[in-house]
Amino acid sequence: MKVVARFIHLIGLFFCSANFAATLHMATDADPASLDPHEHLSQGTLQLSHLTFDPLLRWTQENTFEPRLATSWKSIDPLTTRFDLREDVYFHSGNPFSADDVIYTMQRLKSSVEFRALFDNIDRVEKLSDYRIDIITHKPTPLLLNLMAYLFPMDKAFYQGRDDIVKFGNSFASRNLSGTGPYIITNREPGTRIEFVRNANYWDTISKGNVDRIEFSTIKSDSTRLAALLSGDVDFIFPISPLDMPRVKRSPNIQLVTLPSTRILLLQLNQNRRTELKNTKVRQAINLAVNQEIIVKKILKGFGTAAAQLSADDFLGHLDSIRPQFELAKARQLMQEAGYEKGFKVSMMAPNNRYIHDEKIAQAITAMLAKINIKVDLKTLPKAQYFQEYDKRSADIMMLGWQSDTLDSNNLFEFIVACPDPITGYGVYNANGYCNPRLDSRIKSANRELNPEKRIRLLQQIESTIAQDAVVVPIAWEHLAWGAKENVNISSIVNSQGWPYLGDLVID
Amino acid sequence: MLIFLLRRLFQACVVLTVISILSFVIQDSLGDPVRQMVGQSISPVEIEKIREEQGLNDTKFEQYTRYASNVLQGDFGHSYFYKEPALDVILKKLPATFELAFSAIVIIILVSVPCGIYAAIRPKNILAKFLMFSSTIGLSVPIFIVGIFLLYTFSIELQWTPSFGRGDTVLVLGIWETGFLTLDGLSHLILPSLSLAIALLPMFVRLIRSEMLEVLHSEYVKYAWAKGLSPARIYFVHALKNTMLPIITIGGIQVGTLVAYTILTETIFQWPGMGSLFLDAVNRVDSPLISAYLMVVGAIFVISNTLVDLIYGYINPTVRLASHGL
Repeated sequence: MKVVARFIHLIGLFFCSANFAATLHMATDADPASLDPHEHLSQGTLQLSHLTFDPLLRWTQENTFEPRLATSWKSIDPLTTRFDLREDVYFHSGNPFSADDVIYTMQRLKSSVEFRALFDNIDRVEKLSDYRIDIITHKPTPLLLNLMAYLFPMDKAFYQGRDDIVKFGNSFASRNLSGTGPYIITNREPGTRIEFVRNANYWDTISKGNVDRIEFSTIKSDSTRLAALLSGDVDFIFPISPLDMPRVKRSPNIQLVTLPSTRILLLQLNQNRRTELKNTKVRQAINLAVNQEIIVKKILKGFGTAAAQLSADDFLGHLDSIRPQFELAKARQLMQEAGYEKGFKVSMMAPNNRYIHDEKIAQAITAMLAKINIKVDLKTLPKAQYFQEYDKRSADIMMLGWQSDTLDSNNLFEFIVACPDPITGYGVYNANGYCNPRLDSRIKSANRELNPEKRIRLLQQIESTIAQDAVVVPIAWEHLAWGAKENVNISSIVNSQGWPYLGDLVID
Repeated sequence: MLIFLLRRLFQACVVLTVISILSFVIQDSLGDPVRQMVGQSISPVEIEKIREEQGLNDTKFEQYTRYASNVLQGDFGHSYFYKEPALDVILKKLPATFELAFSAIVIIILVSVPCGIYAAIRPKNILAKFLMFSSTIGLSVPIFIVGIFLLYTFSIELQWTPSFGRGDTVLVLGIWETGFLTLDGLSHLILPSLSLAIALLPMFVRLIRSEMLEVLHSEYVKYAWAKGLSPARIYFVHALKNTMLPIITIGGIQVGTLVAYTILTETIFQWPGMGSLFLDAVNRVDSPLISAYLMVVGAIFVISNTLVDLIYGYINPTVRLASHGL
């Protein structure tokens, strides 16, 4: 009798603990190349950073900031912002977290080839006490908080002295990791899988997250990844191809969560290569001839938002008044006014494995431009070769997708629209050949303007000038799609940046 | 025998040199490795600096001589993505691919030999006709369709088999990760090895059938019948042995096809072997890994063909290897 009672008790225990401690099997299309958070500024790195480190603050789904390792912050003067840091936080190594780690991490960020451009404007970090710092910038920096969402304090005592950032080759930091984050890496096979266990000493005890083990697999092929979810081998996958989304929706016990991303897909019309494209009327005609709504509906199967400007809905520069227009008659008329009613031939290049259905979109646009007698000679390439051609500006029309690292409109303007300047790094992705000094000075002042209202007005002015001059052809903002089993509550932890906060994930 | 092996060794060196040169020539058209390793916001000046550091701005000839002299010392370069010596990365993935290919070969032998023989002995039988018919279909359906069909049927709909990966593995002798020894590993092996086998199976069934038919009409088989030998002895001892000779030769050549098909199979089933490694390397422009893979595969070709020739000589003693110019 006693044995039976103990047995029942044991089973009860098992079920209770199963309830509170779940294992998550997840699969994505790529894994981070390195464990070093400063080696490669990519989605994979940031996903890993949110699992194993904590930022000072992070974005919420409502596009506000929530405190993480910083508990509060306030502006002292235009150049100084004071942060209070969380106490009683420990790294995976057992070392306590303090202001020194933030100072150390900032220095390392400023020496990282990939990150230093973002943190260029930060002069230094001053330590006021173990848990209070001042961040001092060279010039007023309206986006300081956006940058702090990229500062994931690293364990100074653990890394120091062996912290070289090595891009091509082995380094201590690329193989070892000590952060404050919710998960600790227990096993890693690059390119295949990573295993995590929950950090038992994690400071965030309010979080309801109950996943105590994560098995992260890399599955490259879209259909295999989906098969793994549908067959029950994994609980959570990302991304899902638009083609498969109806299939996922039909499946019982599987949920599909989509969010509009801020990555804008656009075409760049190179005015330096073609005099025809120098003519604003021709560019406007091209914009009018491209039917963004149809592209979203037919090719992206509705999992995208048709765009007529660079700034996504959540961005400060976004103007509701700029809507996608499709007016073939007006486009033809503009072509006639410009003296090109007979049309002309242009070359176009697009990648075929970089953005969602990039090749199909490019083909659709070729057909659309044929309607206004522009004959497009389209060449699509795998991304590895495409960006080599892109850097050489090899075609008259180039396709580009751009996600703003700072989640701010100005990042788009700086890289895509500003006049190319190798020293400041402005206009690196300006394949338009468009250079407007007045616009440039506005972009520069938007980088310094601390008054939020003035800044919004400035950004919106820039956006409307770009639309008026038809500098580029915006196409769409892609939607991000995640699939999961019904009992995995992903909808509250995913975000439009594509780095889910798995520390807060609850599995029923 | 010794002369034969020495000659083969020399041939292998020539083959590998040619492959290494070719792999170097194609690298430029694959894309820029640096571009693949950096984020979007990095400035062109920085990229140029990395290229300079990596020696990618040197002439192709300089790069090749540097590479060749390293290879001669056993250094195939470091993989950009894995940050480990390229050869180590490949050898770590070799067991997975080897086990997949081995299982597929076992399935091919176990299925094609009885089917082929049966179709030859009873050519008019309805089952034989069905075998021939289905082998025609099998020959014309591409492997990725077979793979996805199997995945859909057995993984998603019936949920009998796992859909991806290799499952639990055991380390044997400290070097070889095997999936043969765990139930989970074996269940993961079923679909990939089956679809790899299906890719080559129809050809072997047809080949064995036609070879066997030919042999059955030869004089010595007729003589054996006249002598009153038992059918089993005629079919399985006298006829089969002579049927196998050309099959072995063709089987050796098919090792190449098998390697090519592992790339597709491994990608479909996310099998962590050399094939999917190679495809990833191409996508990432991981040039040291690409070159090393091509050379390893080249070596596999040379070794498998040498083995086939040795087996051939063993089965058919009339063949003298050294004088055969092989």
